[in-house]
Amino acid sequence: MSINLTTPEAQIRENRLSSITGYKGSIKDLAAQANGCSLKSGERGFTQTTACSLGCAQGQLVLIKDAAVVGHSAIGCGSDTIQSNINNRRGQFSRELEYTNINYINTNMTEEATVFGGAAKLREGIREAYRRFNPKVIFVTTSCVSGIIGENVSGILDGLAEEIPVPLVPVHCEGFRSKLWASGFDAAFHAILTYIVKPAEKKNPNLINIINFSGIGRKEVVRLLGRLGLVPQFLVQFTTVDQLSKISEAAATLSFCGTLGSYLASGLEEHFGVPYIKSLQPHGVAGINSWLRELGKVLGREEEVEKLIAEETAAIVPELEELREKLKGKRVVIGMGPSFSQNYTRLLQELALEVVWAASWHFDQRHDYGEIPATILDLAKNEKDISACVSELQVHEINNLLRQLKPDLFVCRHPGMAIWSAKLGIPTIFINDEYQSFGYQGLINFGNRVADTLANPTFVQYLASKIKLPYTNWWLEQDAFTFLGEAPPKKKERITKAVV
Amino acid sequence: MAKAAKKIKVIEQVRYSCALAALHSVLAIDRAVPILHAGPGCGQRLSTALSTTNGYQGTGYAGGHAMPCTNSTEAEVIFGGEKKLKELITHSLEVMDADLYVVLTGCTADIVGDDSTEVARGFQKQGKPVVCAQTGGFSGNNFVGHELILGAIIDQYLQPSEEIEPGLVNVFSIVPYYDAFWTGNLEEIRKLLEAIGLKANIIFGPGGGVDALNKVPKAQFNLLLSPWIGLTNVKQLEEKFKTPYLHYPVLPIGPTETSKFLRAVGKYAGLPSEQVEASIAELEKPYDYYIERSADYLLQARVGLPSRFITISDSFYALGISKFLVNDLGLLPGTQFIIDNIPAKYQADLEEEFKDLSPTISAPVVFTNDSGTIREKLRETKFRGKPLILGSAWDQMIAKELNGYQLSVSFPAADRFILNSTYIGYNGALRLAEDIFSVLVSSNY
Ligand code: SF4
Ligand code: SF4
Repeated sequence: MSINLTTPEAQIRENRLSSITGYKGSIKDLAAQANGCSLKSGERGFTQTTACSLGCAQGQLVLIKDAAVVGHSAIGCGSDTIQSNINNRRGQFSRELEYTNINYINTNMTEEATVFGGAAKLREGIREAYRRFNPKVIFVTTSCVSGIIGENVSGILDGLAEEIPVPLVPVHCEGFRSKLWASGFDAAFHAILTYIVKPAEKKNPNLINIINFSGIGRKEVVRLLGRLGLVPQFLVQFTTVDQLSKISEAAATLSFCGTLGSYLASGLEEHFGVPYIKSLQPHGVAGINSWLRELGKVLGREEEVEKLIAEETAAIVPELEELREKLKGKRVVIGMGPSFSQNYTRLLQELALEVVWAASWHFDQRHDYGEIPATILDLAKNEKDISACVSELQVHEINNLLRQLKPDLFVCRHPGMAIWSAKLGIPTIFINDEYQSFGYQGLINFGNRVADTLANPTFVQYLASKIKLPYTNWWLEQDAFTFLGEAPPKKKERITKAVV
Repeated sequence: MAKAAKKIKVIEQVRYSCALAALHSVLAIDRAVPILHAGPGCGQRLSTALSTTNGYQGTGYAGGHAMPCTNSTEAEVIFGGEKKLKELITHSLEVMDADLYVVLTGCTADIVGDDSTEVARGFQKQGKPVVCAQTGGFSGNNFVGHELILGAIIDQYLQPSEEIEPGLVNVFSIVPYYDAFWTGNLEEIRKLLEAIGLKANIIFGPGGGVDALNKVPKAQFNLLLSPWIGLTNVKQLEEKFKTPYLHYPVLPIGPTETSKFLRAVGKYAGLPSEQVEASIAELEKPYDYYIERSADYLLQARVGLPSRFITISDSFYALGISKFLVNDLGLLPGTQFIIDNIPAKYQADLEEEFKDLSPTISAPVVFTNDSGTIREKLRETKFRGKPLILGSAWDQMIAKELNGYQLSVSFPAADRFILNSTYIGYNGALRLAEDIFSVLVSSNY
């Protein structure tokens, strides 16, 4: 398994990481089967709307400060840039930057473009993006429409290279190519690795790349790494193109999310010599300890790290004990992307909560450095096994699962999930901020949030008493995984060049 | 008067979405559920755009990730997706509790050439309440999509009625969810029509639903309260059920327009004019009370009052708000930007309306869906004092640049949390005045 920067696009996760979207079983079984990469994805006869690569790719790129994005699609595919603009505003607020709107243009492909191609509009979009935003780079994201009609995006960009004096970068993230929307992260990072990042002229031994999402809580990372004399830089949202070009100078890369960081961090390691710290992610005590220890090992600073860990851990012991006493034995179901799901399965147990089921929206059997994700191996070492499923945002499954398990709490990530547990009257925590449980203090903060959520469930109870679920009585009586069938034999046919 | 904006074909800043985004018109019908035959990401991003970042309306009964979807990937692109769609519909009928299932296609299905309508017809033949609208995003925007969905329901689902119910009026107007005030607005239209003695049959929102749909063929007439959206549907109803229609293009905001509107409807419905006049007199009272009470402020605040107002909005709001601000609040219009990609054949009529905002006042109109074009035009304009920009959350930036006031009334109203507010009628005008003047008093002019 390696990252190939000579191809125009990243391979999709199904092929690269043997990722799956349908499964029911347990953590230990997942880990065991991942060992031989032998898990096959289950397919469903009934599916609800999921998400696509374009969103993940565009959501990252459009927040790079002095870049512009041209979305080559029909207008609908550009609709979530409204949310991106809100993320932009929040990020600017937290960094005390001046407010701006994102630099995004949609090529507004119409019927005509599906017949005659959209080259003229794409050229106009790029010219306008350059004229209006004066960006340092222009990313062009593809879509199902541009992909299916066989638009030669790279060719069109090459044709403009003379005229537009900044890099024009194709980002291949057509939604139909992969069932894993996380493939879109890889598409964006592939574009960054191939077009933006330059080999380091000199290394900075104190600079640490931190791959995160919005970075709202980054001050705590600054504080902790600062104690080791290290300086974090947060990727990729709110960086400049110039900064991105130099991320190869860092001494190491850490990630907040194994799903998000896999491609960029592994690519930096393999092609630019920046070690990727292949630890647990820094959620809760075990997570942060592993993050720091592995970093310490790579930088040869084990002793300082141990001292830091000892001090920081000691500082939270009394509060943690109090929380554990309060939360002990409360039953929780988790529904998140794989890396967060696995990390939260661990950290909720640090709070003495009982995880009765861990759902993840997909599962990567490998990360890009070729190994099984450390988080699942860590969980599999525990004596107790935990039931688990891979459920690509299928709320009909989650609905019946929750009705059957009746947990005290549902903890989820991904906008649009929280409502479906709330409608069942189950207290629900939606985790938007990736720093929610970061490190030592984060664990305490999160534990308190759990306690607060359990303390007043009236809102979800009222909701549940009033609403009708959108399901038939028949469905409500079925097993949650009725529609999750066996994996079909792998199709041999590959998409022909004509429609690529 | 309208200046043809430099013909830019690309779009900076999304102010409407694709035809499939009109899936929200299905969600707005109680007991109807959409079934998407689309890519994996379409449903989510359209839902985020219209139901989240537009007033935070929420997904309701079966929106968001509850919507059945084929999530079409390579297999459906290469081999076609009809089989998968058929399987999905079969199971959706088992799993989702609804009285009407509306199959909607996205770009993938339509480009690949799936005959989704035919698949739906197979279910109709078995007596299942399934219809299909081909709403591939490339074929038009969400206004077109809204019309396509209504068209499909009228064509494939509605049955003729034996009797006509006198006084029953079907209302077709603003587009659900896209107009973040849609529920409050439709409710206000209902109250207004009921006040003059009509029975409003409104499909969308609470109190409507599949029951209201089933009553559509019984109506005495159809009321299209819209500059252009929905015209094809009322014509279609005229053809299918011989129901006549009244097309009233101005969204009534404020006493001048609302009273005019009620008189026109009353006359068309054959109501005695004394009855209508008596209702109007009653309806105007609360409005007049509040305006009298706040008039001192409305006048004194003119120091900081907007020198000109600019709408950057769909044709509903651009026209309705302009009429109110000109005729009832005595403000003056600057350029009005109309962003809904109004078909050329309707543009002239709309421009006429802006020529006659009042007997003495007209406003220039620019038809464009591109914010870069709007920004450049506004930068060229000389404003004496602060302009008032009535648009969307995108416009905070240009308002800041122009040192103006800004209020989001249109999509995307990402900086508003909206439940049952309305901008329609007498009440809605008060609400709009509250919102505009709240912006004024909370800024240091
Ligand atoms: S434009 Fe097409 S592909 Fe994009 S969201 Fe709309 S229907 Fe889906
Ligand atoms: S699945 Fe395809 S068409 Fe749908 S939003 Fe994603 S890229 Fe656009």
